[in-house]
Amino acid sequence: MSADIKFDQFLDAKGMSCPLPILKTKKAVEALSKDQVLKVESTDAGSKNDMASWAKRTGNEIVKVEEGSGTFTFYIKKTA
Amino acid sequence: MANKKMTIIASKGSLDMAYPPLILATTAASMDVDTTIFFTFYGLEIIKKGNADKLKVSPLGNPAMPMPVPIPTLIASLPGMETMATAMMKQMFNKHGVASIGQLLELAKEAGVKLIACQMTMDVMGVKQSDIIDGVQFGGAATWLDEAADSQINLFI
Repeated sequence: MSADIKFDQFLDAKGMSCPLPILKTKKAVEALSKDQVLKVESTDAGSKNDMASWAKRTGNEIVKVEEGSGTFTFYIKKTA
Repeated sequence: MANKKMTIIASKGSLDMAYPPLILATTAASMDVDTTIFFTFYGLEIIKKGNADKLKVSPLGNPAMPMPVPIPTLIASLPGMETMATAMMKQMFNKHGVASIGQLLELAKEAGVKLIACQMTMDVMGVKQSDIIDGVQFGGAATWLDEAADSQINLFI
């Protein structure tokens, strides 16, 4: 099921393990302007919780999370 | 609001024990936590020039070490076993998309993690300041305590 959420940048973190998906997400979000959205795909099963913790700490917003066939898709809005 | 702070004392120089300080430090930096790593004793091996990706892991004294077949302690002490265990572990890390120690160290520096080398253990073990990678400061217990006293998280690894 694909979402209709619009995104400005895409980060493919599939195949990466902790902490790389978070480190790459941080860099990608930093490069965005406020209110832009980053789409991240990850296969690291820990990234679902990690991404939520990261967003909470940095004050960014996870607009939506999708799960399917071993891949997690995050839509992160730069709000900080 | 001021950033949270964390310090980590990295005291071990084996491949497996070099990971936790660097994984936590790089992640902390990405979560806006100001982080300091204090390298002391064998932890200095991590920040010696050209050494980060040469760290080894030993099957000796580690019954939890995953091996293809169970290996008796006496066999594990034979020459070459450490090299074999190290190659195996690196292969496992690589297969799972885990960054190398050298890569994490670079990412830590890039993210502004403060790196401090323990001058006393350097003196004792004959490590010169020129043996240590660039971007590292030198200090002692007081340098660490100054950072630790203002930190919410202080870890000894």
